[in-house]
Amino acid sequence: MKYKYDPKRIREVLGKKVQFLLGDMACVYGGLLAGCSFFGGYPITPASEVAEGMARRLPRVGGTYIQMEDEIGSMAAVIGAAWGGAKSMTATSGPGFSLMMENYGFAAMTETPCVIVNVQRTGPSTGQPTLGAQGDMMQVRWGTHGDFEALALAPSTVQECMDFTIEAFNLSEKYRNPACVMTDGEVGHLRERIIIPDEKDLKIIDRVTATIDKEKYIPFTNSQTRKSKVPDFATFGTGYRTYVTGLTHNEKGFPATDKQPDHERLVKRITTKITDDADKLVMVEQLNLDDADVAFVTYGATARPAESAMEMGRKNGIKVGLLRLKIVWPFPDKLVTNLAKDVDKIIVPEMNLGQMVHPVREFAENHCEVISAPKIGGEMHLPMELYKYLEGK
Amino acid sequence: MKKDIRVCGFGGQGVILSGFIIGKAASVFMDYHAVQSQSYGPEARGGAARSEIIISDEKIGYPRPIGVDYLVAMSQESFDTYRDDIRDDAVIIVDSDLVKKHDIGRPLYKVQAQKIAEELGNKIVTNIVMVGAFTSIFGLLKTEAVKESVIDSVPKRFTELNIKAFERGLEAGKNAVKEL
Amino acid sequence: MVEIKTADELNKKFLREGMWPTIFCNGCGHGVVLEYTFWALEELGLDMDKVIFASGIGCSSRLPGYINADGLHTTHGRAIAFATGIKAANPDFHVIIFTGDGDCAGIGGNHFIHAARRNIDMTVIMINNFIYGMTGGQLAPTAPLGSIATTAPYGNIEHPFDISNLACALGANYVARWGVSHPYQPIKSIKEGLEKRGFSLLEFLAPCPTAYGRRNKLGDIKKHWAWYDDNTILIEDYEKIMKYGTEEEKAQVKDKIQLGVFQDIQKPGFFESYEKLVDRLREKETKAKEGKK
Repeated sequence: MKYKYDPKRIREVLGKKVQFLLGDMACVYGGLLAGCSFFGGYPITPASEVAEGMARRLPRVGGTYIQMEDEIGSMAAVIGAAWGGAKSMTATSGPGFSLMMENYGFAAMTETPCVIVNVQRTGPSTGQPTLGAQGDMMQVRWGTHGDFEALALAPSTVQECMDFTIEAFNLSEKYRNPACVMTDGEVGHLRERIIIPDEKDLKIIDRVTATIDKEKYIPFTNSQTRKSKVPDFATFGTGYRTYVTGLTHNEKGFPATDKQPDHERLVKRITTKITDDADKLVMVEQLNLDDADVAFVTYGATARPAESAMEMGRKNGIKVGLLRLKIVWPFPDKLVTNLAKDVDKIIVPEMNLGQMVHPVREFAENHCEVISAPKIGGEMHLPMELYKYLEGK
Repeated sequence: MKKDIRVCGFGGQGVILSGFIIGKAASVFMDYHAVQSQSYGPEARGGAARSEIIISDEKIGYPRPIGVDYLVAMSQESFDTYRDDIRDDAVIIVDSDLVKKHDIGRPLYKVQAQKIAEELGNKIVTNIVMVGAFTSIFGLLKTEAVKESVIDSVPKRFTELNIKAFERGLEAGKNAVKEL
Repeated sequence: MVEIKTADELNKKFLREGMWPTIFCNGCGHGVVLEYTFWALEELGLDMDKVIFASGIGCSSRLPGYINADGLHTTHGRAIAFATGIKAANPDFHVIIFTGDGDCAGIGGNHFIHAARRNIDMTVIMINNFIYGMTGGQLAPTAPLGSIATTAPYGNIEHPFDISNLACALGANYVARWGVSHPYQPIKSIKEGLEKRGFSLLEFLAPCPTAYGRRNKLGDIKKHWAWYDDNTILIEDYEKIMKYGTEEEKAQVKDKIQLGVFQDIQKPGFFESYEKLVDRLREKETKAKEGKK
């Protein structure tokens, strides 16, 4: 049985166009619509609903679901499936994400497209399993060893859980890099109205497969068919006989573990293929920023109380705006610098003790004041708590 | 307009489903914005469970209720636990058989949801009776919208039973309003 | 198809150009296992575009690099989990995993256990040399009691892991253990493993003269290879002696490592069962649709 992408069938399986859906389940829908045909996962609160949703639906669209023995194996299987020719994903939460770090790095090093949904919960360690947090925002960027680039999106609504999972697949396929949907226990366990796109409205990006003569094909170099640092993808079984290794490798894919130039060439290419496009990768929502003196810079679940606080502020005559990062990594550095030039103060609310506030500071603090607004313990900020930051209390 | 609603009871009573049906009625079968969130203990059965719904005609930012406009309680423990933050003018609906100690010095609507469900032959639809009663008392949602939401949310083979439960609930809600 | 008769012709067909020399030491058993695998593949006449290799970390795991085929050289111990995904993406593939005792029985033990339990259709070739050879001779989970490793300088006090027996207990469809000094049975076993639907394990006892033999005073390469002949016994012989032999004969063989085919059964493999599940759902749905009409 080989999976064939059939969006009509997928829409049929997903059901009605307008639904009242759980955030986690919206990630399932997004994955299926994007053409995910393999899910390898391990149950973990509050992400288990993603695995459950996949276990129920994947066999009905011709895909494969396997509950792996742990999250290390899940990530491994997902990468294996990608090389086998599938679009693949997994879903987890903090403790599982920690276990995935090993092969997350392998995916970056071997330029393997795949998607990880992280329904974040509080940590460190087992923390508060059922409660939401945003404590893995730096882990997704720096959590595996060595130099790599992260692609990470942060949904604030159930609709975005679906939309961003599709987008994560698109980015992952385009750049041949793992992409993460950094949702959390709050958004993941919310139910909201969701509108499922019709087949014709789906915008799906697929990997560029190798088409060049087998003798001329070079697996780990700039594309040989277009202007791009992303190599054309010769998945297994297509006759290219590609050798793939997590060791530093030369352009042919062979180990080059003791050669400095090979390492530099490889790692610079796999990082700049993303950073070169950083400006194109900016995806933000900007509210009331035109005349703002103070701005929230926010993402994910936290954007919701921040928006409520902004509305309270506006009602009370405070010129407050909001910049919401939809793609968190790569970080929209220029945009944040420009914002910092226009406002006096940036407030960064997060459900952690201050993570994304660091890149905000890096790119803003020469121009304005940057304040961290942390909240931990599995509860969102109340709008009033954030409003107080506007009043400078 | 923004209404914060909390449905609570013990785990296994279908509290989450009740909230789901109300939220879906508002946002899928009507044009309101709605979010539903939930919290429950680690156990799948027993303990106090709650499901919260915000219904608004504007985009909903902060997704949890701040203060509660409508409290629907189907167990004593949840009634005692989840009442601290309700507004002074909050509307309270209880199953008076399940929340025996409901005399807290303020008016509340009494619906014998479990009793009605038992009369219909299955205690399992207590929550749907309560959804019906809530619909009558709440008044904001069209009866047809909630009914469609019920039908859309329960297993097909139980549709008839659930419709009956919903309709009996509607009636019980109307009576509760008269009684108050 | 040109019939291959010599090892040179075999190598020309199966080895990847440009990857020489290999990393293997004199007297190492890995190349022999690779050669046996080539013979098995040749005799089965498999389409090498559909044979996919996966491996983890260690000397054994470098083997796919020398093969002219798709290969995924993964992280330590994880090859079997990666291979599960490869196979899931395309069940037409023949997936072969090269792994070692440290990679498979140590860090990768859990993946091994669950792939065998799920009866995932793959062929695991575990080359057991009792030692972490690549990294200089640290203690392996299969190391015999009393053996010396850099991290067991006073002799190993841990009981060794019998990975073939474990695979049998897990219900793997095919399990065999062989040495590297006799080609015919191993080649036959690799062929049987590859043809088997479901999980198969081929365990090879292979010498590591550099990291194990030297430290454990097994003598020169020839003597080291002879050690395997002296310390192994065919499973059929072992069972006969234990049943009918004299006490003296029993004492002689009781500590020897058994070789042979340990298990050869035919439970449905994971993907076979999964396909049935998909068919069952499809039928149910079709019936429901017809019912509506």
